[in-house]
Amino acid sequence: MSRKVMLIEDEPNIIEAIRFLLTRDGWEVETHSDGTDAVAVICAAAPDLLILDVMLPGKSGMDILRDLRELKELAALPVLMLTARGQARDRELAEKMGVSRFMTKPFSNTEVLTAVRDLHAQASRP
Amino acid sequence: MGRDTLTGSRIRERRSIAGIRQAELARQIGISASYLNLIEHNRRRIGGKLLVDIARALGVELSMLTEGAEAALIATLKEAAADAGAGGMAGAGGVAAETDRADEFAGRFPGWAEVLAAGHRRIALLERTVETLSDRLTHDPRLAASLHEVLSTAAAIRSTASILAKTEELEPEWRDRFHRNLNQDSRRLAESSKALVNYLDESDTPEDSRGVPQEEVETFFASHSHHFAGIETGQIQSEAQFEALIRAVPELTSGAARVIARAALEQYAQDAVVMPDQPFQQALDQDGLDPVALARRFGTDLASVFRRVATMPESVLATEVGLVICDASGSILFRKPVTGFALPRFGASCPLWPVFTALGRPMVPIRRTVSQLGRTVARFDCLAVAWPQDTPGFDGDPQYRSVMLILPIPAEKGPDQDVQPVGSTCRVCPRHDCRARREPSILSKEF
Repeated sequence: MSRKVMLIEDEPNIIEAIRFLLTRDGWEVETHSDGTDAVAVICAAAPDLLILDVMLPGKSGMDILRDLRELKELAALPVLMLTARGQARDRELAEKMGVSRFMTKPFSNTEVLTAVRDLHAQASRP
Repeated sequence: MGRDTLTGSRIRERRSIAGIRQAELARQIGISASYLNLIEHNRRRIGGKLLVDIARALGVELSMLTEGAEAALIATLKEAAADAGAGGMAGAGGVAAETDRADEFAGRFPGWAEVLAAGHRRIALLERTVETLSDRLTHDPRLAASLHEVLSTAAAIRSTASILAKTEELEPEWRDRFHRNLNQDSRRLAESSKALVNYLDESDTPEDSRGVPQEEVETFFASHSHHFAGIETGQIQSEAQFEALIRAVPELTSGAARVIARAALEQYAQDAVVMPDQPFQQALDQDGLDPVALARRFGTDLASVFRRVATMPESVLATEVGLVICDASGSILFRKPVTGFALPRFGASCPLWPVFTALGRPMVPIRRTVSQLGRTVARFDCLAVAWPQDTPGFDGDPQYRSVMLILPIPAEKGPDQDVQPVGSTCRVCPRHDCRARREPSILSKEF
């Protein structure tokens, strides 16, 4: 069965690289670049895992995460957050809002791939 | 020794300043010089008529002798001691400051006490500067945007380079595409790094942190759903009560945010006085959301009505409303978001918004049906007006602000003939041929 990742990121070349990486690893990848309607897009896509940038046009990744966690059907969705801001208080804020993993840019492909596999494996455990 | 027991020291200080000898003062008030000497060394309590006579003889207010000029100084000394204790400084010699003897210290060594107090005030000032600089490094939207640009580009380069270096049997079309991306990103990185260095070189004012305090204020207002019951009921109306409300808000971390919040709350209170909660709600029930009718009914202007409407609970209005206020430069001063109408967090907004159009026609109400380009097709009834902040003097230029009320139009209300397409900000706007465009969009034309 196909596993689906939703990538919310506004940097086209990061999108392209991550899409390539995950597609090769057997994931179906959907992308979106605007924070404003991201929650609705995520709901409609119903992914197995979400990769979410923090700094997005329209609405920040933090706000999106907070909104997601308030939705019953997406409260448990594994979320890997990517950010250029790796400060402790950003990390703490993300953790408070229910992020599953927090990764700072520039990340390595191996890190992303490992995190995606781990998070999905954890979420799939009965 | 308490402050009331330092009256003698103050008498001695005032006598010295007045240049009156002890014996002379004693003679004037009808006591012996030795008794006055005991009083001046705080060895005899003094009050009543004798103290009044001394004050008169020295030509000072009675309170100068009973309270002294050092009340503020003593308060600062106690504050310094408390701060030193909180900061762990008191442990240097294992001895805490004798706060219960601050009065005595200030009375006996006013010069040294002033030096200590001035040092404390200087430390507080420097701490505020450090806080401001730290705040800027953390929250300055321009700096954050620059760093984000650099790090995002670096992330793209690292990821793409890694794919090129480590992927075996990479299809030629993918390889070419990644080479192109790499070339593009490396140029972007060079440019954004240069821009970042220029920005750091040029901007050395800690005050230059536009946007951040406003965000704190907006978070504060949002946490109250833009409706402050305490102000509505008149429980919060004095300066001290506003100050206490603001001081109790953890979101307002910077001094600038607190100043802005204070101004916004005062404006709120003024509007609430002109348009009290219950009568305004009743008027809304009777007239509906008709700003002109509301302005006439309450004898006020449209800008005030727009602001007031935005403070009403959603249950009263039966709809969400958004609000944007900008100054004459177009800088956004306040935002109340509304679902489906994207307000950019950083940077300039779409110049096609009616709030900016209104600036070109001050005092003329403007109404436009707009639709933001993007994935949603929601329409909004936007009402805007620019108003002078105060009455200018003769030949003075009025300072205008503009306010826009954003009312969602229900989808079932049928198509509008004249819908003005607008964006959020150029960077994420797909309308490539827009004449108002400032910068290219990051969205491809096929988006």
